[in-house]
Amino acid sequence: MLSLTWRHFRKHKLALVGMTILGLLVFGTIVIPWVTHYDPGKTSILNKYLSPSLDNLMGTDGLGRDMLIRSMDGGRISLLIGLLAMLLAITMGTAVGSAAGFYGGMIDNLLMRFADMMLTMPTLFVAILLTQLLRAGVIPFLSAGIAPIVLVVALTSWMGVARLVRASFLSLKEKEFVEAARMSGASNFRIIIRHILPNALSPIIVAATLRVGAAIITESGLSYLGFGVQPPTPTWGNMLKNAQAELDYAPWTAIFPGLLIFLTVIAVNYIGDGLRDALDPRHVD
Amino acid sequence: MTRYIIRRLLQAIPLLFIISIIVFALIQVAPNNPIAALQNNPNITPQDLLRLEQEYGINDPLPLKYWKWVSQTVQGNWGDSFVTHRPVLTEIGERLPNTLYLSGIAFFLALLIAIPIGMISAIKQYSIFDHIVTTIAFMGQSIPIFWFGLVLIIVFAVNMQNPFAGTPLFPHPAPLPLFPGGGMTWLGEYPPEPLVDRIWHLVLPVTMLAVFQLAQHVRYMRAGMLDVLQMDYVRTARAKGLKERAVILGHVFKNAAIPLVTVIALEVPSLFNGALFTETIFSWPGMGRLFFNSADRGDYTVLMGILMISAFLIIFFNLIADIAYAFLDPRIHYD
Repeated sequence: MLSLTWRHFRKHKLALVGMTILGLLVFGTIVIPWVTHYDPGKTSILNKYLSPSLDNLMGTDGLGRDMLIRSMDGGRISLLIGLLAMLLAITMGTAVGSAAGFYGGMIDNLLMRFADMMLTMPTLFVAILLTQLLRAGVIPFLSAGIAPIVLVVALTSWMGVARLVRASFLSLKEKEFVEAARMSGASNFRIIIRHILPNALSPIIVAATLRVGAAIITESGLSYLGFGVQPPTPTWGNMLKNAQAELDYAPWTAIFPGLLIFLTVIAVNYIGDGLRDALDPRHVD
Repeated sequence: MTRYIIRRLLQAIPLLFIISIIVFALIQVAPNNPIAALQNNPNITPQDLLRLEQEYGINDPLPLKYWKWVSQTVQGNWGDSFVTHRPVLTEIGERLPNTLYLSGIAFFLALLIAIPIGMISAIKQYSIFDHIVTTIAFMGQSIPIFWFGLVLIIVFAVNMQNPFAGTPLFPHPAPLPLFPGGGMTWLGEYPPEPLVDRIWHLVLPVTMLAVFQLAQHVRYMRAGMLDVLQMDYVRTARAKGLKERAVILGHVFKNAAIPLVTVIALEVPSLFNGALFTETIFSWPGMGRLFFNSADRGDYTVLMGILMISAFLIIFFNLIADIAYAFLDPRIHYD
């Protein structure tokens, strides 16, 4: 099945371009800071705000650090947060959606109303409040580093996944293989995990891919406002935060981190689109 | 239909209550309270602190605090801002119209542009126009909105000069940016004429707000049109000899617009989110920026007020969208 999917996927030029871009970015974020022995503490006021040149391909920031290397360093955190938040959101959404779709009735009603209610709250406002709360130390082990923001991004995006999974489960649970599994004595839990879920995987995978892009944008947005990852830990978002004051004389500090976010999200979206077509069971070969 | 509306309105009330509980719980968990800053003040005696605690009800049990807040809120007393000590309703009341003004214009403009483009793109599927439109729409959905705003400022406000500076249109002498980098109206010498001033200040923020919506609406309009164009009744209409334009406008568009209406309803929350970034970047005096500033300063009464109003507006617009949906699609019966 994997090779069949890959064959379909390969036909999508754009998806392949997306994979290349994403691959390059991931490679760059891992390798470049390492290879150049990047030291964020090594500042050089003499070199501050140099415009992009052959020496500094993306210019330097206010403390004289090369923007390219710094962006790659920040990219590590941004990509990591995107990945982790997506995994958490998918897990939460699948748990809720599968329970709602499988059990139906009261549980479905309750869970979906809960999800709808979360959707009625303006997500950014709630996200800002939640990050502030978590940072203030409400839950002890979740108050530092990237944990608060990963949790908040996941909390504001699981609802879409839950809906998707619920829809899949609603249609799949009527199929014969479920009845067969039940007759062979499988418990409900086992039916959900071992039988229905593998068949519902395709839309989940597509949703997961697209969620990474959304998570990166949400995290950057929150960091840009100052509520996300705090400096000195660099992420693409909080590099943009400092940049707004410097637009007059150093626009490259704003252009490049955002451009990297843009490229990442485009790449991820292209991959998601390609996956959606490749995994479509209605493909006629 | 009327029964449906009444039922939805009645359902909205417990929903608002539950949301108020969530909002209240969120704020209560925050570590600050109105007299926290006074604890370290050497001029305040312990008796004073006790008295203030009594007055503010700091140590009341949670349900009592909630009851106090809710009963005051439904009576119209939303409290005072911790920072400016003005009534919350006044603070929000000054800002909300500005946000609605900005968001509303962006919303309608996005729709106005997206619908024709989506339609033409679907009609001329696979043409160059279609390819360009889908690519741009795709990119528009992937772009980080706050970065786009910064880029707009860099290009239009920092780097491009206004060619009309010094003319009666823009009395301010050169150099003048092509579009301003912020604000709702010009606050210095030589203001332009009021209408020109407003439009001049609207261009960049509206572009920033509208781009994401535009991309999404174009995609959905195009997808809806493509679906409907395959339908048999379209073929029948053409076979009956109707002009193509009549077919498109009379039959295809109305049916294709239905999923778009649903999407629009779900977008209303993002109008607030997007507005927050836009207002922050362009120093627009709106509700989003008020939220951002209040969150920064720990001004919880204002935060609670904004959250409640936003939740109310979202519920309200969702209801409007559902009604519009039922109106447009005669197959839908709410009973």
